[in-house]
Amino acid sequence: MTEQVVSPVRVRSVGRRLDRADGREKVTGAATYAFEHGEADGVVDPLHVWLVQSTVAKGRVARVDSAAALSHPEVEAVIDHTNAPRLEDTDDRELAILQDDAVGFRGQIVALVLAGSAEAAREGAALVDVSYDVEPHEAELREDNATYRPDSVNPDMETDTEDGDVDAALEQAEVVVDQTYRTPYEHNNPLEPHATIAWWDTVDGRSTLSMFDSTQGVHGVVQSVAPMFGLEPDQMRVRAPYVGGGFGSKGEAHAHVVAAALAARTTNGRPVKLAVTRQQMFALTGYRTATISHVRLGARADGTLTAIEHAVKEQSSAIKEYAEQTASPTRMMYAAPNRRTSHRLALLDVAVPSWMRAPGEMPGMFAHEVAMDELAAACGLDPIELRVRNEPDLDPETGKPFNNRRLLECLQRGAERFDWASRPSEARSLQEGDWWVGTGVAAATYPAMKMPGNSARVRSLGEGRYAVAIGSVDIGTGARTVLTQIAADALEVEPDAIDLAIADSRLPSASVAGGSSGTSSWGTAIVAAAQLFRADHGEAPDAGVETTASAADDPAADQYAFHSFGAVFAEARVNRWTGEIRVPRLHGVYSVGRVINPMTARSQFVGGLVMGLSAGLFEESYRDPRFGHVVTQDLATYHVASHADVLDVGAEWLEESDEAFTPMGSRGVGEIGIVGTAAAVANAAYHATGTRVRSLPLTADLFLD
Amino acid sequence: MRAMTYLRPESPAAAVEMVAATAGAQFLGGGTNLVDHLKLGVTSPELLVDISRLPLDTIEQYDGASGRGLRLGANVRNSDLAAHPVVRSRFPVVARALLSGASGQIRNQATTGGNLLQRTRCVYFQDVTTPCNKREPGSGCSALEGYARYNAILGASDACVATHPSDLAVALAALDAVVVVLGPSGERRVPFDELHRLPGDDPSVDTTLGDDELITAVEIPSTAAGERSTYRKVRDRASYAFALVSVAGALDLDGRTVRDVRIAWGGVAHKPWRARRAEAALVGRELTEDAVRAAVDEELTAARTTDETAYKIPMLRGSTALTLLRLAEEIR
Repeated sequence: MTEQVVSPVRVRSVGRRLDRADGREKVTGAATYAFEHGEADGVVDPLHVWLVQSTVAKGRVARVDSAAALSHPEVEAVIDHTNAPRLEDTDDRELAILQDDAVGFRGQIVALVLAGSAEAAREGAALVDVSYDVEPHEAELREDNATYRPDSVNPDMETDTEDGDVDAALEQAEVVVDQTYRTPYEHNNPLEPHATIAWWDTVDGRSTLSMFDSTQGVHGVVQSVAPMFGLEPDQMRVRAPYVGGGFGSKGEAHAHVVAAALAARTTNGRPVKLAVTRQQMFALTGYRTATISHVRLGARADGTLTAIEHAVKEQSSAIKEYAEQTASPTRMMYAAPNRRTSHRLALLDVAVPSWMRAPGEMPGMFAHEVAMDELAAACGLDPIELRVRNEPDLDPETGKPFNNRRLLECLQRGAERFDWASRPSEARSLQEGDWWVGTGVAAATYPAMKMPGNSARVRSLGEGRYAVAIGSVDIGTGARTVLTQIAADALEVEPDAIDLAIADSRLPSASVAGGSSGTSSWGTAIVAAAQLFRADHGEAPDAGVETTASAADDPAADQYAFHSFGAVFAEARVNRWTGEIRVPRLHGVYSVGRVINPMTARSQFVGGLVMGLSAGLFEESYRDPRFGHVVTQDLATYHVASHADVLDVGAEWLEESDEAFTPMGSRGVGEIGIVGTAAAVANAAYHATGTRVRSLPLTADLFLD
Repeated sequence: MRAMTYLRPESPAAAVEMVAATAGAQFLGGGTNLVDHLKLGVTSPELLVDISRLPLDTIEQYDGASGRGLRLGANVRNSDLAAHPVVRSRFPVVARALLSGASGQIRNQATTGGNLLQRTRCVYFQDVTTPCNKREPGSGCSALEGYARYNAILGASDACVATHPSDLAVALAALDAVVVVLGPSGERRVPFDELHRLPGDDPSVDTTLGDDELITAVEIPSTAAGERSTYRKVRDRASYAFALVSVAGALDLDGRTVRDVRIAWGGVAHKPWRARRAEAALVGRELTEDAVRAAVDEELTAARTTDETAYKIPMLRGSTALTLLRLAEEIR
């Protein structure tokens, strides 16, 4: 692959609003989502797959009685561990389904039913009788069972860190906050449930596997699934032209993708369609672990931090380790000479956790930013002033300079918007009608990330038009639109001169739409390809000439710590009769590098704020430890914010450009909106009522006298 | 798919006859709850008798031997009932209860009769992989020591702690409505209090109706209190959530003194809970916050709570006081 040293893009379309490239298709229903592909896309006469899930949390499948299911007139086959095709690689115990009789969690896939219709497959699944040899299970996270120390935490961070002498500093501190904060299990619940269509074929004597999948990364699905079936990457093709959200739950292939491929292996080339139900998503497509954060802050009487400790207890599945990096933002957020963080896991007989929007930062900053609010109250300081006094000169974690840390400006801008100066310093001092009223603030941060392994292709179509291709996915963020803008500016043409192709693993390699890294990673590759294309083919290229390139690493970038920052302000109202809590105002101010498209970026910020509000007030997956599964497994019992809960939500950003990070000057916008938001709501609820709630969600019962 | 028979009768009597003739047959109204249950496997009837097209969809005022009031056809859609001018002006608690439930789309589909016969949303009732005495008698109650936030605190049993989910039913309980029922041997009239039952040792049965009895109408008698009535639903999110607790209140004052008061609670029991002891404690007294709180406590002497449901006590005190005090302000 040719590597190109990129130089900053001269922006013309970037930074300006451009309507969504796929908006018309989406609002008219013409956009085709994964499950909807049919004959026009090669999906002819498909069979439907329904998943049969374990009803025990741990043990062995003793027997799968398929007789009743197979006697159903439309059922074609039942696949279980005794007759499933063998996989070549079974190391990943989440993905390697039906390879043995072991049951590692309740809800695990133990059989597949194939039938001519989805309804028949579902009925067939109900008719499959599975018996188990049951073993005792453990499905409850407690402080006393989170003792396992992972080698690293997501994505590849240190498990524990320590600087100075935290215990001595806490002993000498004039003010100490020593509290435990809890966040619940949360499920991503994108609007479009997961779905996969798969079919096998033979091309030039080699097996091929084709898929339409609702995924955040088509190349990632190939990378994880192809080796399991002994395929080279070029023997597998995954497409995802439209995806109805993911929030991390489609960031990696989950077991249903393997189920579709396994089922299709048995049908002599006939496609299979598999839709995961909303209820099944609560067991099969990832979730955010619950967290228990023990935070100790030591400070001088003036609020200057002398010690910060954040000890996290959380859980993973015993069959596959995922360690949420909950304390990671605590490592770089504020200055203090003595610092310690740690992560310990309980390894439970439960479904496999995974990424959910801002893994680490979301639960970790809830704990840290509520603790900071408590410290401000203990010192008699305004919470913004407390943060001013603890602003670090260098990244406390790496010792490097921050490239662009404008947290204090975000706080100051938000304070003006929220009329912070008129805020009473005492809690429980404002009442309007039936409601206690308060305001709160929290800081937000998210690391700027660029992923390796991205390249893009630029081809001249003649007459000033260009085809630009990269195998990335637009999961509803507006990636299709902003990549068009980036390509246009990099080639110095208008956006309508760009034909952008994405969402196909046959296109140049692209990393996942995750970690707020997509635009930075893919956009930089597109700039690299465009700049090399111009260097090779000039301003008036012949039709058909093309260049594929990836961006060379910028060694100068190593000298900086790249993070985005923000400040979230919330107003909370708590009904003095009923305890009900509502948030009429929520405002975020962000420093994220250059905003590429104000319309789609605002949608990301506001969406993140709403999701943070939702986590603050509503979201909680209740796992019944006796059974081992989540029993609030639909959207009637797993509450997300309704329209009536989302009132005045605003977002703005500081004008800036971070060309040390990307040639577009951008750093990423997808996740920072959810960070700190629940803390701002909790701090506002404290200011309203004087009641300090240290666990999410903040529900009415917690505010009753 | 499962094969089942689906019939559309020509008349209420024909519908009753069809259900009476087939074991395991069920009436289908708007389907907003029953269709979910078919998908989840909570119920698998052999026969569905679709009564949603029967002409039981009028709202009319009556004035005769049974008194004065409003008669609601069983098939009146929730949205139409909530929007009806007479309902809004003379029985505001009914309109407000309806509008605090479900969503616009569901209210367009759901019927008056079906609303009253919807089943608990207890998560274990709806999850066929867990024990539930209501769904599978004798299998045990998973909610007793499980997810308990919505559990009953009044009239529950060791067999079942489920709550009734309807908002409309709470309003109708407060107004002493009468349910008109057609069965194989003709029509009968059921006082609202006697429609739903407590779980006892057989929680599989929600109501006192026979399987082959069809609700054809609901009559709401006119009262002075009914005209000063309202509904307050306390819930986690501002819309589209079942009640943690809810209060239907109706009030008639003589000066500052309570002449008539009706209090019914949702979210606390297997049926809409008419708080008659609380009412009795308030009649003839001046309506004050302290008096309401004391009256609520009087009703709640029989309440049994756990760590997870203890919040319902102060929530009922506060929400009942707020409901009645606001009604009193309206009257003055």
